[in-house]
Amino acid sequence: MSKRRIGVLALQGAFYEHERILVSLGEDTSEVRRKEDLKGISALIIPGGESTTIGKLLRELDILDPLKVMIDNGLPVMGTCAGEILLADSVDGRKSDYIATIPMNVRRNAYGRQLGSFIANEDFYGIDGKVPMCFIRAPYIESAGQGVRVVARCNGRVVGVRYDSQLAISFHPEISGDTRIHSYFLNSVMQGQSL
Amino acid sequence: MTENAADRTELNRGLAKMLKGGVIMDVTNPEQAKIAEAAGACAVMALERIPADIRAAGGVSRMSDPAMIKGIQEAVSIPVMAKCRIGHFVEAQILEAIEIDYIDESEVLSPADDTYHIDKTKFKVPFVCGARDLGEALRRIAEGASMIRTKGEPGTGDVVQAVRHMRLIQKQIHELTSLRSDELYEAAKELAVPVSLVSFVHDNGKLPVVNFAAGGVATPADAALMMQLGAEGVFVGSGIFKSGNPEKRAQAIVKAVTNFDRPDILARLSENLGQAMVGINADEIALIMEERGK
Repeated sequence: MSKRRIGVLALQGAFYEHERILVSLGEDTSEVRRKEDLKGISALIIPGGESTTIGKLLRELDILDPLKVMIDNGLPVMGTCAGEILLADSVDGRKSDYIATIPMNVRRNAYGRQLGSFIANEDFYGIDGKVPMCFIRAPYIESAGQGVRVVARCNGRVVGVRYDSQLAISFHPEISGDTRIHSYFLNSVMQGQSL
Repeated sequence: MTENAADRTELNRGLAKMLKGGVIMDVTNPEQAKIAEAAGACAVMALERIPADIRAAGGVSRMSDPAMIKGIQEAVSIPVMAKCRIGHFVEAQILEAIEIDYIDESEVLSPADDTYHIDKTKFKVPFVCGARDLGEALRRIAEGASMIRTKGEPGTGDVVQAVRHMRLIQKQIHELTSLRSDELYEAAKELAVPVSLVSFVHDNGKLPVVNFAAGGVATPADAALMMQLGAEGVFVGSGIFKSGNPEKRAQAIVKAVTNFDRPDILARLSENLGQAMVGINADEIALIMEERGK
C-alpha cells in the first residue's frame, strides 16, 4: 500500500506553514494549485489567508466543483480561519457560494480588525491540556446545523467544529508551533473516529 | 485581557503570513478598493495619491486623510494598510487610532526624520518597511517591523530596482547561511544589526518575517518574476490604476502570483490586458525615493 499523501491548498495564504508541520509529523504532502493536483490526495488542508482571494481563485481555476464532489464523497478536510469560512455554507447570514459543505453560519472578521487579534489557551475536544489558539482577524461560528459538533470554544464563542470528516477552526494551529491539532486531524478525523 | 509583547509579535508577523502568495494593491478611493477586492487582492493600501502621481506632483507628501482611509475600511472586508512618513511616529499613532490593519513606514512619502525610524516596538499595530539589502531589512525588524518589502523605485513602472533589491537580499541570506558560527559576530558588525537576528538568518536561511516585492511591478510577468526571485507576495502601486483596464490587469496579476512558475498560464494571463502603465525608466528620474531611510 502506498503511503498516504496530504494535500495543502496552495493558492494564497499560510500553506507552507501547514506543510512544514505535516512533514515534521512524518507525512507526505503536496501542494494543490490546480484541479489535477487533487488526484491521489488522502485529505486536504485549507490554510489561513484571505477567504475572498482563495475563494475567487478556487472558482476561476476550476478547483471548486471537483473539490466539492470529493468532500461530499468523504475526502477528509481541515480548514483554518479562511479555510473555515470557505467550508461554511453561510457567511454573515448570506448563503455562501464557496465550498459550502458544512451547514453553519460564520461571522467574518468577528473580532474586528488586526488590533482585535489575540492569543488564547483553551480546551479542544479530544486533546489533553490547553491548546494555544492564535486568532488573526478571525471568524467565529454563530450557528450550526444538525450533525455539526462543537470541538472548541473561546470566551463563549464556538471556534471549532467537526462535521463527519470535516474539521473547521477559527484559529491558526499552523503558526503556533503546537502540532496537536494536526495530529488530531490525522489520527482521529482521518481515521473516521466518531466523537 | 493581558497580553505580552511576544504574543503581539506572533500575531503581527502572523497576519503577514496570511497575506503570502497574494497581491496588495494601492487604492485611492472606496470604488478602487472594491475593484481590488473583487479582483482577488489580499489587502489594499489606502493612499490619497498613488506613487506615480506623488512623483508627478512633487512637493511634500504626507499621511492620507483619516476620513478617506475610513471610507476604504468600510468598503472592504480584506485588511487595509496605510502609509506614514519615515520617522513620523505621530502619523503612526493616528493610523493606529483608526485601527488600520498594517502601517507602511514608507519612503514613497517625504521622510519626517532623516536619522531615526519609528520605534515600532511601541505600537500594537503591525508595520511593514522597505529594504534594499539585508542590513536594512534586519535593522527594520530590530525596530519592530513585522513584514519587509523591497523598496524598488516607486511610481516608475520600472521593475529594475525591485529586482536588484530582491536579488541582493537573497544573495546576502545565502552568504550568511554559509558562514561558520564564529563568523557571525563580524557579519553582524558589517551589516550593523543585532547578532541575534544574524543568527536567525544563518540558522533558518530566511528572514524572521515575510518578505514581499514592491516598486515598479506593472504586469503579470513582473509579478511572477519577483515571485521566482524569492518574493513571498507582491505590492502593486501605480501599475494597476494607471493602466488601461485596471480590473482585468488586477485579476491577471493576482492569478500570476499564484501560478508564478507556470509560463503557459502566464502567457494566457498576459493576453489583451490593454495599455500598461507607461512608466519612466528608473535611471531617468531626478527624485530617488529608494535612497530615503537606511
